[in-house]
Parts: sequence; structure tokens; C-alpha cells
Amino acid sequence: MASIGFNDSDLLDLQRRLVILRVGLLLVVALLALRLWHLQIREGPYYRDLSENNRTRSVVLEPARGLIFDRNGVLLANNVPSFALYVTLEDVKDRPALVAQLASLLNLEPEVIQKKLSTGKGGKLQPRKVKDRLTLREATLIESHRLDLPGVMIQVESQRNYPGGPVAAHLLGYVGEVSADQLEKADFADLHQGSVVGQYGVEKWFDRQVRGRAGQKSVEVDALGHEKRAVVSDKPVAGDDLYLTIDARLQKTAEDLLGEESGAIVALDPTNGDILAMASRPGFDPNMLSKELTNKQWVEIVQNERRPLNNRATQGQYPPGSTFKVVMAAAALESNTVTPSTMVRCNGGYQFGNRLFHDWKQGGHGSVDMNEALIHSCDVYFYTVGQRMGIDTIAEYAKQFGLGQETGVELPSERVGIVPSTAWKQKARNQPWYPGETISAAIGQGYVTVTPLQMASVIGTVANDGLSIKPRLVQAVMNRATGERAEFPPTVRGKVAVKPATIALIKEALADVVTKGTATRAKSSLVTIGGKTGTAQTAALRTGPEKDIPKKLRDHAWFVAFAPVEAPRIAVAVLAEHMGHGGSAAAPLAKDVIEAYVKAYPEVLNGVPAGGRTKSADVRPKT
Amino acid sequence: MMIDRVIDSRGLDSFDLRFMGLIAVILSVGVLSIYSVTHSQDTAFPFYLKQLVWILLGTIAFLVMYLSDYHKIARLAYPTYAVILIMLAVVLVMGKSSRGAQRWIPIGPFAFQPSEFAKLVLVLVLANYYSRVSRAGWLHRVVLPGLIVLPGLLLILKQPDLGSGLSFLAVYAAMLLMVGVRSKTLGVILLLSVMLFPFVWEMVWASLHDYQRERVMAFVDPDYDPGGKGYHALQSRIAIGSGELSGKGLYGGTQSQLKFLPEGHTDFVFAVYAEEWGFVGVLVLLALFIALIWVSLEIAARAKDTLGALLAAGIVAMLCFCVVVNIGMTAGMFPIVGIPLPLVSYGGSATIMTMASLGLLLNVKRRRLTLFY
Repeated sequence: MASIGFNDSDLLDLQRRLVILRVGLLLVVALLALRLWHLQIREGPYYRDLSENNRTRSVVLEPARGLIFDRNGVLLANNVPSFALYVTLEDVKDRPALVAQLASLLNLEPEVIQKKLSTGKGGKLQPRKVKDRLTLREATLIESHRLDLPGVMIQVESQRNYPGGPVAAHLLGYVGEVSADQLEKADFADLHQGSVVGQYGVEKWFDRQVRGRAGQKSVEVDALGHEKRAVVSDKPVAGDDLYLTIDARLQKTAEDLLGEESGAIVALDPTNGDILAMASRPGFDPNMLSKELTNKQWVEIVQNERRPLNNRATQGQYPPGSTFKVVMAAAALESNTVTPSTMVRCNGGYQFGNRLFHDWKQGGHGSVDMNEALIHSCDVYFYTVGQRMGIDTIAEYAKQFGLGQETGVELPSERVGIVPSTAWKQKARNQPWYPGETISAAIGQGYVTVTPLQMASVIGTVANDGLSIKPRLVQAVMNRATGERAEFPPTVRGKVAVKPATIALIKEALADVVTKGTATRAKSSLVTIGGKTGTAQTAALRTGPEKDIPKKLRDHAWFVAFAPVEAPRIAVAVLAEHMGHGGSAAAPLAKDVIEAYVKAYPEVLNGVPAGGRTKSADVRPKT
Repeated sequence: MMIDRVIDSRGLDSFDLRFMGLIAVILSVGVLSIYSVTHSQDTAFPFYLKQLVWILLGTIAFLVMYLSDYHKIARLAYPTYAVILIMLAVVLVMGKSSRGAQRWIPIGPFAFQPSEFAKLVLVLVLANYYSRVSRAGWLHRVVLPGLIVLPGLLLILKQPDLGSGLSFLAVYAAMLLMVGVRSKTLGVILLLSVMLFPFVWEMVWASLHDYQRERVMAFVDPDYDPGGKGYHALQSRIAIGSGELSGKGLYGGTQSQLKFLPEGHTDFVFAVYAEEWGFVGVLVLLALFIALIWVSLEIAARAKDTLGALLAAGIVAMLCFCVVVNIGMTAGMFPIVGIPLPLVSYGGSATIMTMASLGLLLNVKRRRLTLFY
């Protein structure tokens, strides 16, 4: 072999150079060890946190909302299981693709999904609720695409359900996802995107109690965001149950009585304020509103000119018409403007300045006293006493009866109506009060407006001999975990400053209204009823018979009543929009409600509270 | 024919138990880590069992290389290199692609990766060359061997297999270091490197796949895209870092168990190990590697001839390079270039090649003791 290669004398040379390799190796390994020390020891805790975040997602466990029952334990609102879809952005690799995919699987607008993903607190690790109430088909579809949808999670949640459908819709209200604006408020601080809150009715008023408290679940996920293991760290606490004062059957009866008409019926127990029924028509199905509505569906509801979402019992403001004469009677007698025997001559009109105010009865009632004026609803009598009293005295008594202010019922957005006075007019209109305006006000027209609930309270106060009890919708709240039941006792709003004799006279007259006055159509063979009709004018000028007038220009019909006359246990206010005269249109409805009540609770005929003597109803509040 | 028919008593003496023990322990660490990452996967033939098969084949390769005469093996270096070059060309034409790179030739249910074997063949070729060719002059010392290296290097970079390509350069550099390069020559090489670097870089950059470029970008700027291109690097750092001092325990590595760490049984097996055993375990593994390499260097230093010394040095350099670059890349010191951790990562070609290399190393030790036969 030619000796041109490295020979053995070079071998030592060669091997000496190995030292460089050794030193180099040691240096490099030392560097590696240093780097690993830095990663594992110095920055170890930081990376441990990162690895925890990598694998755990904390999922909110929505609490079940409290149940809602009527006074007899009939279920009005409960929860049913449903599927909700959540997305954890941290696990989403390609957001536009996911949005597009979900949009096609769920048949949703991509913008809607996009918006859900971009609202809410908690960063990318907090799952966002994209849709709830998935159909079984949708949920199955998503599950079958599980592997292509990293970060998507289907959770079983409880969904609000109203077994009665539209029954008591305005009272119960509905629920909906907390809005971005609500989330900013302190009241909703413990909530998050996707939480469900009461948006209307008692669902809203008692939301804090009914809502419950959310729990939390730690879910271990793999690199694709698929759930591997879940640990519940904090159980959700169900909301409190509500026991309403209403009777579901009576509620249904009242709603059916209104039928397709617009209007409201309020029935309450004047002795304790329990609202027995509160119907408002037209209504809606809270099941539908508690779902996510499309924009179009929402606009359709809101722009419906019959305003089905409006609770006419608490939010409808109407001139009380002649039902206001009940207040006028008390005011006139107590302010000593008249005595029971004071006679006023009615020729069918009242001349004030150059204007003639007509009585509803052409030709007039002749000479009438207070009793007769109420029985036949003589306008001229009340024009006269109203003129003598002046608007401020009228206003003073109207306020004592609770008009012009909230009744305090547990429903959001209660309206208060108007009790006009010189001060009110100066403030509201920046004008002086004209004496002629007092004449309109005296028969419940002009500026005077009230809500049906206020009128039910007024007639209830009369029935209860001047003691005004705050109307209430909720009897008790029950904590389901502890079984603790917190009763809400009746609350006295005030005592109208009237002598027993005055009240007695008015009650007697109102009984006569039914037996021989304007409301004979409210006469019942089961129970004695006292009441007052009213017709609230909607348009200033009308001629010809009622049936020739277009429906929407017709008068509103009022009837307020109480029964039994001897020991009243129910007070009713009926308002039927554009139904004409109270005596013909409203009085029969009140009678039917009262009869239904008496049939269901015969004990009330003896002045015993509905459902027998219960603890709460037994309390006859003292002042 | 290559296997010695005579195994004398001194031959058995050369069978170094320390050396074998270290190899066995490191292989066990590998199998255990592979088992830990893949045990939950539902496959008919689990990875760890396959790895045991590779180790068995690797043991045969080890024995073959150990029992042959390395002079005879070295004589086959050029033809073998020619065969490897053809295979690398074949890979480019019909190879099996995975993650955008063509590195494998399918053989039945298995896949054979010529670039792994090319590393060992290159060591043989260069050792053979330097032991025969005049040491005089930089042309023979630098340029000609460089021309031998070039076709293999280009074919490998074309796949592209950046890791094996760099291993090639490392072997070449180690050899140059061993035969000694005059400072003037070294200066010229450095100068040329600096001058040519932009062009070479341009070439290499152009030949890279997008994902590789992005890995480099992600390395330069770790926050480049943590969810995407920097994902490997970040998840690997998280795995290692979260192991802290004593680790999360066997099967306790959430990063690897929950698949945040891709390629946990192959190139990133060190991260799996580091997550489960912590800094303590990492030091133990590093110590094992240092010991193995130290023993290997010992063999190189006592080789009876230049061929043996060069073979041993080349093999040690290659192993060192793989260990350092693999651990360095999982720990975020280097960009991710796809080099397996010798004896630990899952993989047939790499395991067999590494064990064959170690067999050859021990062969060099044996020959030192059998001067004549």
C-alpha cells in the first residue's frame, strides 16, 4: 500500500487533537445543563402555569333557576334540560373556518356567532356560549363533527320552560341571555356571557333570588380541545322558588274572558293585597321569548301595534271615567262639600262660562243626591261637586286612594298615571290650572289617568273600609336546599281619611249600582257584588251610535267591583279597550271572574280568605 | 466473510461491559419514554414494542460491526457510499413523504431512511480517505474530501433534511479537526464561509419548506406565532420547564399525555422525559451520555492506527452532534431541525444506525488488542 496516507507517527498527533473534542463536549453539555436548569428550575413555576392552562379549561355550570308556583302550588315556570354550545377560543386554531362551519351546521348567521365569540370576560380561556336550545338533531350533528371542531363543547343545561304557555305571561315575564350592557352593571357582576337572567315580569323583579349561583367545572382537555376529564370544583346552587299569590285557574279564566280583545283584568284580595289574577291582553308565549329570537322576530313583536308585550294592568294608563266617581264621592263627603242628602239638579248638562258640559244621559237625571248620583252615574252631580271642591282637593283624596303613584307591585316598569292639580300642571305643562278643566277631571276625564291595577286597589280600599293594602304578587320565597320558606307579610299602604259612615254610604250605593243602576249585567245569583261602571273617552268628538264608530276610536269600558258586599274578599278592575260602555262590556266580565272565584273558594262567601284561614292571610293588618 | 471466524480470548476481553451497560440503560430510558407517550394510543402493534424490535435488529447490526474487521469495512466505504447516494436519489423520486419531506423508502410495512445510514457511511468514507491520501496540501486535505461530501449533502438537503445535512457537515468538520488544518487554511475556509454564507443561505432558505422557514422564524422570534409555527418550540419548552426539579412522574406529563407536544415519541422524546423526570432526571440522562461519549473518546484515543482513530473520532463527533442539537432544539436553544436523540428516540433507521456505529467503535477497541491475527 502506498504510504501516502497518514502514518502511525501521525497517530499520536491525531489523538492529541481529541482533547479539543473532549473540552468542546464538556463545554457544550455544560451549556445544555445550564439552559435546562434555567427552564426547569428558574422558570419552572412559570412553565408549570403554562402547562396547567394548556390543559385545564374552567367551564361555568349554569344554575337551575328557581321554580315558580301559584298560590296552590301549581307549577307556572320550571326548567327542562337542553343542549348549549360553547366555544373556547384558546383551542380554536382557525376562527373564520370554525365560524363558517358552525353557521352552516346550526343554520345561524356568521355575524351572530362572531358577535357571541367577541363579547364576554375572561379572555380566550373562558368558554363562550354560542347557542342554547339546540335541537337534538343539531347536538348530534355537532357531536359527529367533534374531531373537526376543536374548542367546541356541548353542555347540558337547564332551560326555562313555562308549562302554561301564554298563561300569566305578563306576570311571569321571560328570561334571556344577559346583555353586554347588563354585564357592565354591578348587579350582574357575578354573571358572564351566556348567563340567563330574568328580562321581564317577576322573573326580572326577583331575578336575584331566582337566578341561583353558578358553579364551576375544571375540564382537562387535550391539544385539540377535546374533553378528557372533568372535575366539578364548585357546584351550582339552584335559585329560590317563588310562590305567587295568583290562582292559575282564575288567571286563565280572566285571560279567556278578554279573549281576542285588548284589555286588562285585575283581581285581588282587598284584605291582604294578594293579587288573585292579573290578565293583560293581547299576550305572548314566554317560551318563545326566552329563546334566542332572530332580529326579524323581535322587530315583529316590538312593532306589533297591539303591543302584546305591554302589561296593560300595570303599564296601561287610561282615563278612569266614571269609576273615578268613587274617589269623588269620598272626597266630596269628607271635605264637607256636600252631605249625603245634598241634592243637585241635573238637566242633562252643566253650563260653565260659555261651554255646556253634557251628562251621558240626554235630558238628565232630575234632582239627585249622592246615592242616586253614584247609582246612575250622574255626570252633572259630580261636575257640580267637583267645581265646588276644586282640583287640589280632588287630587288630595285621589292620592290618598293611591292614584298617581306606584302600587309597589313586584313587577318592573309600573306606570303611575296622572293625578292633576294646580302644582302638577304648573310643573308638567308650565301653565296655570283652568277651572273648566276641573269639570272634566271630576268625571275621570281630561288629564286624569290610572292603571287598571291602581283602580283595583282603589275599589279594594273602599271594600276594605278605607284601609289600603299594597298589592302583592309573591307570597313566599323558598330556598330549595334548606327548605326555608320566607313569607312576605301583607303591607299596609295607608288609611284613607274617611269616616266609616262615608265608606258605608259608598259601599251601599255601589251595591245598588249592580242591583238597579248602570251595572245590572254584573248581578250575580251566587254572591252580592258592588261596583262602578266607567267609560273612558278616547276621542273628543263622536256622533251617532257606538256600532258605527270604527273600533279603534270607540271608548274604553271600565268596571270596578268587590264581593261579597258584606265582607269583601275580592276586588276586581276590568278595562276593555274600545269596547264601549262599562256597564255592557266590562261589568259581565267582572261578574264572571267573581263567580269563578266564589265557585273555587266557597268559603269567601263567609268572609273567610281563599283557601281557608292561612297564616299570612289571617293577618288583618292594623294601623 | 467479513465476520471473523476466530474469536480469541482477547476479543472477548475487549467486550467492554461499561460501554454495553451505558447503551442498555440509555436504550431503556428511550423505551420507557416511548411507552409513556404512546401507551394510551390504540394501535395493534405499539410503538414501544416496535422499538424493541429495532433494538433487536440494532443489536445484530452492533454484533456484525463489532465482529468484523473495520479495515475490511472501510474498504467497502466507497461502494457503499455510491449505493447510499443512489438510494438518496431514489428517495427523491419515489420516497414516502411525511410532513412535507421525502426521507423514507417503503419496504413492506416499514420505511427505511437512507439519510440516517448516510451519516455512518460518510464517517467510513472520510476515515478511509484520510488514512490513505496524502496529508500534504489543502487541496487534498480540504477540497477533495469536500467534493466527496458535497453530493450526499446536496441530496439530503434537497429532501429536505436539515438535521442530517448538518450532521454531514459536523462529521466533515470533526474529521478536518482531527487531521489538523493549518491556520492559514482555516483562515481561508472561514473567509470563504463568510463570503459564501449569504449565497449558501439563500440556497438553503430557498430549498426549505415553508414550515421549516417558519420554524426558523419562530426561533428567531419566539412570539412569532405561538399557536402556529412556534407551536412545537413553545410546547416543548413548556413540557421541559413544567417538569421543574423532580418532574411530574411517569405518565404524569400532561403536555405529552394530552398531545400538546407533537412527535413526543420521536424527535421530542427528550421533552417527554424532562417533563416526567424533571431536572434531576435530565442531569442523569446527560451524565449517561457524557459517560458513553467519554468511553468512546477513550477508544478513539487508544486506537492502534489512524483509520481506527479517525473512525472512532468521526462516530463520536456524529453522536455528540445529535445529542447536543436534539436536546438544544427541544430546549429552545436552536431552531427545530429534526434530529432524533440517539438511542432514545423512536425510529428503526436511527436506532439501527446508531447501534451499528457503536459496534464499529467497539471493534476499533478490539483491534487495538489484536495486533496480529
